[in-house]
Amino acid sequence: MSITAFLLDTAVRATPFILLGLAVALAFSAGVLNIGAEGQFLAGATASIAVGLWLKAWPGLLIVCAELATGVVAGALWSGIAAVLKRRYGVLEVISTLMLNFVALYCVSYLVRGPLAEPTHLFPQTSSLAHAARLPVVLPGSQLHLGFVLAIMLAAGLWWVLGATAIGFRVRAVGAGVAAAAAAGRVHVARTVFRVFLASGGIAGLAGAAETTGRTFALYDGSPGFGYTAIAVALLARLNPLAVVASGIFFGALEASAAALQRDAGLPFALVTAVEAMIVLGVLAVERLGAESRVPAAAMPETA
Amino acid sequence: MSDGALASFLQASVRLATPLAFASLGELVVERGGIINIGLEGIIIAGAFGSLALAGVGSLAGGLAGAAAAGVLIAALFALFVVTLRADQIITGTAISMLALGLTGALYTLEFGTAGAALRTPTFAPLPIPGLHSLPIVGPALFNQPVITYSLYGLVPALSWWMSRSQGGLTLRAVGEHPEAAIGAGISPARVRWWAILFGGLMGGIAGGSLVLAQVGTFAEGMSAGRGFIAIAIVALGRWTSQGVAGASLLFGAASALQYLTQARGWSLPYQLSLALPFVVTLVALVAFGGRSAAPAALGKR
Repeated sequence: MSITAFLLDTAVRATPFILLGLAVALAFSAGVLNIGAEGQFLAGATASIAVGLWLKAWPGLLIVCAELATGVVAGALWSGIAAVLKRRYGVLEVISTLMLNFVALYCVSYLVRGPLAEPTHLFPQTSSLAHAARLPVVLPGSQLHLGFVLAIMLAAGLWWVLGATAIGFRVRAVGAGVAAAAAAGRVHVARTVFRVFLASGGIAGLAGAAETTGRTFALYDGSPGFGYTAIAVALLARLNPLAVVASGIFFGALEASAAALQRDAGLPFALVTAVEAMIVLGVLAVERLGAESRVPAAAMPETA
Repeated sequence: MSDGALASFLQASVRLATPLAFASLGELVVERGGIINIGLEGIIIAGAFGSLALAGVGSLAGGLAGAAAAGVLIAALFALFVVTLRADQIITGTAISMLALGLTGALYTLEFGTAGAALRTPTFAPLPIPGLHSLPIVGPALFNQPVITYSLYGLVPALSWWMSRSQGGLTLRAVGEHPEAAIGAGISPARVRWWAILFGGLMGGIAGGSLVLAQVGTFAEGMSAGRGFIAIAIVALGRWTSQGVAGASLLFGAASALQYLTQARGWSLPYQLSLALPFVVTLVALVAFGGRSAAPAALGKR
């Protein structure tokens, strides 16, 4: 495999990681423990493929826009279930989003064998999207699709919103704690949490839509578990949207190498999950060991 | 519905509830100490793998020991990060689950190839209790089960007594409610939490072991299939009491066993529906019965 091919493969694989990493980073920034990017990704993927197969007769550009839009809406709706359960009934989102991940997984499993199954019903998958219904490729001759560009633009946008706008200030205030949000004044905590939850799900849904319309072109049974990896991506980036791009590319490279190693050396692909987990634990350990050895900020004399 | 179909449905409910009950009773103790361990999913899969690894060496007892040891090992890693290093519980737990799922999957593939040549372990046969097992309807469900299920009949009341009456149980709850006050009373929350997490690992490991040794008879990559996450929901649903957790486990066992009932009645429902049902039931049940109100005050906080 040439260097160029490896880099392109990395960028293609990084696309869902960046988008999902942004979804998780946004939620975690507001203190919303959305572990459900996995399910929201599947919801977005399913909705986009259903729309793409259904709108065959539309002009290409319109189909692609419709696919991405329904992906966003489906992801937001799927996270909306957990958001409503949290706001109305006080159900912990850690539990509800985990449950919804499994519900989504089994829904996909049913749909690709039932209503959305390819015509022969021989394989547990949908038909492939027509060429007009696929995301445009940005580099002719490669697999690198528009989703990668979208992911980077979204990262920049989110970085600006979180860092420089009143909305971003509210999100971070809520994330810093209810008391901090109250002290900042006029921050409606429950409403902010609710909206962040929906936005996070929408971004995860977009990730699903971009992955199916840009890379797989069909929906298959099972899930690669990108939504769980995304937690590692966001954490490695310390929830900073721009850093999510870098950490997403790092995890993309990791998966690209794992795929190459599986092909050439027969290493089991599951190993990459374990390596990703070790990276998270490594980051946590370094961060915490650093925190333990530092003098608490309150005990430091004012310097500036 | 015939009595026979109902009896076998109830029997399957109890059988499928058994691993969930072990895992969630362990998680109950962990959460009463103020820690939420999302890594339970990883503990269960490690337990399942551990039981397979040692079942060949020392049969059933060896398998159970291997399951317990693997569970405790993973739990110790979690405790190191969460208690000793005071790392975030949710992120650590997620990473621990990924780690265990990835490692067991990779080790299994390396050892047995991608086809996963079915390696059969010995399994616990149901042990009918003389007289009681032939009671109508509930007899087979309660008194014709593997011995591992019977151990729960003693464990649930014992744990309930321990948490409400014993010195150790009160100490645990003090740490889960007001760690600062516990320190004032001369208790080390870190020490108490370490022990609670290790106990949770022991029980979660046995849960994984019972999956292999009392149900499936072999290992499959990812066979924990979300049971660790369901167990965490069960603890919330059981409102952080031993009896409540046992009842909620049975509810989930029943939700999973519904497929046997529908098969027996000749209904053709998509099998994915029966797989998804326990997760949907969790959500509905959490809305109906439990928000956060009964949770230990310090749960999930560093």
